[in-house]
Amino acid sequence: MALIQSDSRGVLLGAVRRTRRGLAWRLPTYGIAAMVLMPLAVIVFAWADPQPDIWSHLLATQFGRLLTNTAILLVGVGICVGCLGVSLAWLVATCEFPGRRWLDWGLMLPLAMPPYVLAFIFLGLFDYSGPVNTWVRNHLGWVDGLGDVRSPAGVVAVMSLVLYPYVYLLARSAFLGQGRTLMDAARSLGASPARAFLKVALPMARPAIAAGMALALMETLADFGAVSVFNFDTFTTAIYKAWFGFYSLSAAAQLASLLLLVVLLALWGEQAARKGRRATSSTGLPERYRLTGGRALGASVYCSGVFLVAFFLPVCQLLVWTFQHLPDFNPRYWHFVKNSLVLALITSTLAVTLATLAAFGQRQSPSPTLSLAARVAGLGYALPGSVLAVGVLLVLTLVENNLLQPVARWLGTGQVLMGSLLALVLAYVVRFYSVAFGPVQAGLEAIRPSYQEVAHTLGASRWRVLRQVYLPMLRPGIFTAALLVLVDTLKEMPATLLLRPFGWDTLAVRIFEMTAEGQWQQAALPAVTLVAVSVLPVVLMIRRSRFQHG
Amino acid sequence: MTVNKLLDFFTTRILLLVLGFAGLTGCGQHTDSDNVITVYTARNEQLIKPLFDQYSQETGVEIRYITDKAGPLLARLKAEGESTPADLFITVDAGFLWQASEQGVLAPVDSQTLLDNIPAPLRSQKNEWYGLSLRARTIVYATDRVQPDTLSSYEALAEAPWAGRLCLRTSKKVYNQSLVATMIKTLGEPEAERIVAGWVSNLATAPYSNDTKAMEAVAAGQCDATIVNTYYFGRLLRDNPDINLAIFWPNQDDRGVHINVSGAGVTRHAKNPEGALALLEWLSQSQAQYLFAEANQEYPVNPDVKASAEVQSWGEFKPDSINVEAAGRLQADAIKLMDRVGYQ
Repeated sequence: MALIQSDSRGVLLGAVRRTRRGLAWRLPTYGIAAMVLMPLAVIVFAWADPQPDIWSHLLATQFGRLLTNTAILLVGVGICVGCLGVSLAWLVATCEFPGRRWLDWGLMLPLAMPPYVLAFIFLGLFDYSGPVNTWVRNHLGWVDGLGDVRSPAGVVAVMSLVLYPYVYLLARSAFLGQGRTLMDAARSLGASPARAFLKVALPMARPAIAAGMALALMETLADFGAVSVFNFDTFTTAIYKAWFGFYSLSAAAQLASLLLLVVLLALWGEQAARKGRRATSSTGLPERYRLTGGRALGASVYCSGVFLVAFFLPVCQLLVWTFQHLPDFNPRYWHFVKNSLVLALITSTLAVTLATLAAFGQRQSPSPTLSLAARVAGLGYALPGSVLAVGVLLVLTLVENNLLQPVARWLGTGQVLMGSLLALVLAYVVRFYSVAFGPVQAGLEAIRPSYQEVAHTLGASRWRVLRQVYLPMLRPGIFTAALLVLVDTLKEMPATLLLRPFGWDTLAVRIFEMTAEGQWQQAALPAVTLVAVSVLPVVLMIRRSRFQHG
Repeated sequence: MTVNKLLDFFTTRILLLVLGFAGLTGCGQHTDSDNVITVYTARNEQLIKPLFDQYSQETGVEIRYITDKAGPLLARLKAEGESTPADLFITVDAGFLWQASEQGVLAPVDSQTLLDNIPAPLRSQKNEWYGLSLRARTIVYATDRVQPDTLSSYEALAEAPWAGRLCLRTSKKVYNQSLVATMIKTLGEPEAERIVAGWVSNLATAPYSNDTKAMEAVAAGQCDATIVNTYYFGRLLRDNPDINLAIFWPNQDDRGVHINVSGAGVTRHAKNPEGALALLEWLSQSQAQYLFAEANQEYPVNPDVKASAEVQSWGEFKPDSINVEAAGRLQADAIKLMDRVGYQ
């Protein structure tokens, strides 16, 4: 009895010491949380400027419809990206069928397609005046053609096709990391393949799938481009209406802060549901299930079908438009490509480094405050881009005008922070931090804590544990995070437009110039370039991970 | 040891990286303000850059600019306050110009050249902004299904004969908000509301997200007429010269066709206000006026300058003579009105 007591006290003491010593590991999370919190605070403080007139109007005429539409979109996209992402990831990660090797990376490519571009292509093809509908009316004699594709189902389809890669990428790494030892054990105990998948593989991949879905749904919630192409009113369109229509940035910020509340609750729910579940990794290279006959054909057709619809056909349409407007090409394009890449690389490096330090820190020194800070740090992604960009702008100008200007004036220079690359990169990191954090954290949760304990027993410092134990095992998660941030930064438009230094035009800025006045077909050239530039890191990443997983 | 190493990592790698970028770009900000004009523009680069290039060539003055939507640019101008680098603010739509003036980011300028070149309804009454090009929002109809003599006015599209035959762009676009705002101003709110409700009940399909889509729906037979800005029609015509669409100028017996402007104003805290004013005056004179309008198939605001031959071929029309500022002042009322009648 006495022995047990002294033992438990020892454990307790150890835990206390560990928490104290881990303080430094919490700093990255607190730092990021503070960075995100400042623009968010500006947005939440908008409530100090009440807008009863606009609110009563919105509540009377708009709110019900907006909430219904937003809910339809979230549920629809949630179900679709979940099913698509998990099924594709499972097939590609654990089965062998014709075409698997190229579909492995091919299925990631839709990530490079900005949602509004796919939306426009989709409507261009399937709208009443589009070629498909015209053909159906003329040749099949259906008076109404296919009916109106600008429906909730149409929006959900388009959003799901561009957003499923978030789930696919994360679930894929999770399935690859699991190996099949446990699946084999379940099978040998008599479980059917489906049952073994549902009871063993799926729960183990749950943190990764949840992180992927959280990203996809936050992007859905924040999307303005795709829903406006469909003229599908959501919460985000109301935010823009308040801002651009009623000229009330305050009302827009108030609406946006409600969005934050919803996301905060959802994230809290997700974390709470995940609590106590820790998937652990298995060593050993995964051996794939070899599909044959009809099953192999089915898998090939399904996976390549998704690739065809979500990526190949849209890109073909973009290429057709590009060749119709080829004279638009000029040497400035190389400049845009370079700017896009430089910005994306800086952001991705910075965001992933911070996310890794923060995720590791959270594991070293867990505390309720820290997990709250971590949740706050991830909120940037759920806000419509323009709103977040203005939040960051307001904070930066506050610093600029009150702290930096006196010095700058004394030195005889103009603005220091605003209009610098630093301001833009800061905005990117605030926006995309959660995109980096999700995959890294999901990867970390799959690593057995005992590894670290063993390393500590052998006298390794935490720093050394991070470098020599965690980083090598985290590599797939880190690559996924880096890729997602890279591609997201390439696509990012509102913050780039508002905060870029003079002359730092990117491909996304170029797309904006064309689409702002509805010249979608002329936007095809920058859009295709953007897709091509994004494909590069995807392929590179796959090479690395294939090297790792054989 | 852990703490030290962590701090070490931060200082040596990340901080250096970050500070490096700050230094790199911070230095580039300092410029000789006399020979540089800084412009924030919501008019697209491809429409404005040729003029900037020509101005630089003629005068040796460098123009640097940032493009974005009007709302964010306005927010930036306001937030930057005295430290803004912007000298000139260019935007489309009179509503945004009016709003810029309301928020106090523009400075009144005293220029006889501008007063001479730009008619009174197309500039601010406080001389804070000036229209630079004029766009008309008019009716486009299907030539194979509509006799032009059955068309008369915006109001007539709300009547029973048009049931199920009308296509419209979304009410979220500022061009439609301005159209309805001027209708509220001229006809009064109850009458305007009756008309817009009539449009909505005559719709053949849900409103489209842009003018081009609405016109394509008319051409394909989903509906018979729509209301669009003329330059979208011009663009469609260039790609497809034989399209079965034509322009109709409504309300020629009363108030005239709804017009809007793109325009510019010198900012309140301009570092180079003389330069900005010189550029603004240059943009209002004949040669630049032609190019400014022609780039987007619009109409020059300067009455001495004719539109391009292509634009002239759509025919002459009587424009609404109401000051375009009304569009800004009544925009919120217009949106509320459209929301009430279910115009999405």
